[in-house]
Amino acid sequence: MSTVAIDKAAPTRTVKYGSMSRDRTWALRWSYFFLTLFAIFSLLPPIYMLITSLKSSAEISAATNPWWVFHPTLDNYIGLLTSNQFLRFFWNSALVSIFVVTITMLISVPAAFALARMRFWGSATLATGVFLTYLIPDSLLFIPLFKVFALFGDWTGIQLINRWYVLLLIYPTLTVPFCTWIMIGYFASIPKELDEAAIIDGASWFQTLTRIFIPVALPGLIAATIFAFTVSWAQFLYPLVFTTSTDQLVLPVGIITTLIKGDVFNWGQIMTGALLGAAPPLIIYAFLMDYYIAGLTAGATKG
Amino acid sequence: MADVTLRKVVKKYDDVEAVRGIDLDIADHEFVVLVGPSGCGKSTTLRMIAGLEDITGGDIMIGGDVVNDVPPKDRDIAMVFQNYALYPHMTVAENMSFGLRLKRYPKAEIKSRIDEAARMLDIVELVDRKPKQLSGGQRQRVAMGRAIVRNPKVFLFDEPLSNLDAKLRVQMRIEIKKVHQKVRTTTVYVTHDQVEAMTLADRVVVMNHGRIEQIGTPNELYHKPATKFVASFIGSPAMNFIPCRLEESGGKLHVRITDRIAFPLPPARAARYQGASRTDRLLLGLRPEHITEAKAHPEPGVESFDAVLDVTEPMGMETLIYFALEGAQICGRVNPNAGAQDGAPLRLAVDLNNMHLLNEGTGAVI
Amino acid sequence: MADVALQPDRVGATQTPRKRSSLQKALKRKSTAAFLMTLPLIILITLLVLYPAFYSLHLATLNKSMQRFVGLGNFEFLFKRDTFWLVVKQSCIFAITAVVFKALIGFIVAHFVHNIPAKGQRKWRGMLLVPWVIPPAMSTLAWLWLFDPSYSAFNYTLSFFGIGPIPWTGDATWARFSVILVNVWYGAPFFMIMYLASLKSVPDQLYEAAAIDGANWWQRIWYVTLPMMRNIIAITTLFSLIVTFANFDIVRILTAGGPLDHTHIFATWAFRIGIEGSDIPLGASVSLFMVPILAVAAIFILRDVNKRGNES
Repeated sequence: MSTVAIDKAAPTRTVKYGSMSRDRTWALRWSYFFLTLFAIFSLLPPIYMLITSLKSSAEISAATNPWWVFHPTLDNYIGLLTSNQFLRFFWNSALVSIFVVTITMLISVPAAFALARMRFWGSATLATGVFLTYLIPDSLLFIPLFKVFALFGDWTGIQLINRWYVLLLIYPTLTVPFCTWIMIGYFASIPKELDEAAIIDGASWFQTLTRIFIPVALPGLIAATIFAFTVSWAQFLYPLVFTTSTDQLVLPVGIITTLIKGDVFNWGQIMTGALLGAAPPLIIYAFLMDYYIAGLTAGATKG
Repeated sequence: MADVTLRKVVKKYDDVEAVRGIDLDIADHEFVVLVGPSGCGKSTTLRMIAGLEDITGGDIMIGGDVVNDVPPKDRDIAMVFQNYALYPHMTVAENMSFGLRLKRYPKAEIKSRIDEAARMLDIVELVDRKPKQLSGGQRQRVAMGRAIVRNPKVFLFDEPLSNLDAKLRVQMRIEIKKVHQKVRTTTVYVTHDQVEAMTLADRVVVMNHGRIEQIGTPNELYHKPATKFVASFIGSPAMNFIPCRLEESGGKLHVRITDRIAFPLPPARAARYQGASRTDRLLLGLRPEHITEAKAHPEPGVESFDAVLDVTEPMGMETLIYFALEGAQICGRVNPNAGAQDGAPLRLAVDLNNMHLLNEGTGAVI
Repeated sequence: MADVALQPDRVGATQTPRKRSSLQKALKRKSTAAFLMTLPLIILITLLVLYPAFYSLHLATLNKSMQRFVGLGNFEFLFKRDTFWLVVKQSCIFAITAVVFKALIGFIVAHFVHNIPAKGQRKWRGMLLVPWVIPPAMSTLAWLWLFDPSYSAFNYTLSFFGIGPIPWTGDATWARFSVILVNVWYGAPFFMIMYLASLKSVPDQLYEAAAIDGANWWQRIWYVTLPMMRNIIAITTLFSLIVTFANFDIVRILTAGGPLDHTHIFATWAFRIGIEGSDIPLGASVSLFMVPILAVAAIFILRDVNKRGNES
């Protein structure tokens, strides 16, 4: 992994259009044809979200052509964005995600620096341990964690279950291992001479971290931040288990538990909520796609 | 400005001894080059002087103070690395001033020092660029600038030119020499390239297997090598070693190479080797420039013989010739007009006034 | 210093009363500092990952009210239930089928993207990765709506071809197909991105050399591309196997395990029993059955990741 693992559409091969053979032309046409099919498949659900979100309940239940909006309306958006409950979900999600990102970075960046540069007893084992922790899924831990926090409440009287901030303790188990792992990779790819030069220049370990390593590994830091944010924003199982009161819910759980009332599906509002819930990660992705992809592929390399 | 002294310095990595007891005195203002093959301990020695490696045994003194336990930043040294180690996110000026800024020097002082160094290195117009926008040679200059602005007691160079192409290397070599002539800072320079060592150094330290083989001026090393290693390491093409024996015939001392070839020694050499063993296997050391085409009127001490050339390499101002003698491949340098041709015989002359005699077993120069 | 007007270094030189701490001490300080920097990480992993993981082993040996130690009673109970074996079977079918299709589709799409001129690749790659970016809970809602029994947009479209209506989530077989389809939709882009990165790292000279040696398109893929990508294919597949096997969101939202438990997988069933059914020990026992498969996959990943690290 190179220090700056972000290639802005690196030119992979030069295609000479002038001398392109017939075979190549056809291969290209087929490529575009199949890519278009796959792109339609990929974008179908979000587009359908958008279409439905612009329909009134009347139009939805009238069973007209579902792929077309005959009477576009923003009622669903207005309804949700003026609903205190929905705004509360959004606010909770934002709060949780921002805190989790901060906590994650505060834990994983110094740890990654120590593991990448300051060899100490057990550091190699710890690095491997971090990686293995990253492979432990949420669905393995939610039951014991629930019980642990319930017991914690019984013992100390501090009730954490059904409080949104319990998620600040739980989400880092998903984000910290991966972020530490990819930061180890980014830090390890910085040439050793760079910290030696800094040491000779008189920098302390802390100054080496803050003034050399963090700026040089900034692309990695951004990739890790995006990852931590996306994971916290999208997490569904933990909030479903740990929070039940409507004022404590985060967006994904909130939409599913409140907009679906028994057997009544208000699809216009559900799709609007889903689209609004998908928007923050999509916006980040649209602007920082290269960092997003760098973080995605960095996980498979050794730190 | 300071002198640097190493006393019985030892470095062990686990059980491997990388440096096995080095004694070295570097005078104030001196330019000393540590040279040797890879793994000889030269870089480790430099890094111990810098404080980047702790020393296993012995003492290192800078300016008379023992610095064994002093962290690098308090040793008042500056170092130039092989891959430049420029901070990629800082401009040239920021790179150069990083150390000074950490020490909280006044802004005006920093600026004047950067200007001074930039002018000296001819990089004034580059100070606002990032390292990525610089060529290899320019990066090397910036790395040197970073060392100069610190105005340290000692400059340390760790193979600074190895990443440059051949032409640039020659140019930067001269540049480094010029800078040293101006700032006169005590310099320790590590390289594996003997040409760099010879051209830059006041004194060269030849290292091998963690030990110092010989310390001397470039000329001393070239003309009076102390060991076979130094003799073969310094000089290009390398010195020839021809298996031989000393024998006395007709009251004169000869080196016998084959049954047919034996050369009488000139008087000065004969006197020197009088006490040497007549039975040991010896090596006759001759530099290529002392094996030339035979002339009509040879000087005293120059002996001739016939050889069949294997390969010739015309270099323009001279032609290198290669032939086999007693199982050794011998290289000589002849005049381009001497008529040397692949596979053809040529009458050659050896200048025994410049010969060396070595013990084949111990490698010691007699 | 004669020619250069650099002032003798006041600030630096007067700082010479140095703290002569022994190097031993300094090293000790360095490792202490390193330990302190990793301490939050260690605490987090120990308290919130390792401790719960071992605690779930303990939980699995208790009875429903968690008053009594029942040893392997929970497991014996599970082994006797048909639903448990149904869940085992469905989890395996779900994970393996989904991973195979994700890998295949990812591989094919990566090739198509790699095939087109470099300047258009960014745009296509950007569009094709969208499913991975949307939180799965949100996108599964869209699929749920697309699969709606009465208003399904798919069935509307298919009716023009005389097909359907298809009971996407109503019939056991179709429901299994649907959850796998959504999972493939969500996960294939990840494979595509990984393979694309790996494809780009294969040097062009290798293809040129193969072309000169007379290799056709298939032979180039078989003898050049696949061997060069072997490691990344293995890592990605194993990663995905873990994530898919432990999947919760998609099945939970799309079918909630139904119809008649025919789409339950370990995670959703454990949730149903442990949280909704309040039988925490039994739920813990169910989720523990994921451990062997996850452990095997993790060991292989670690081996491959280390190998990859050594290569680079």
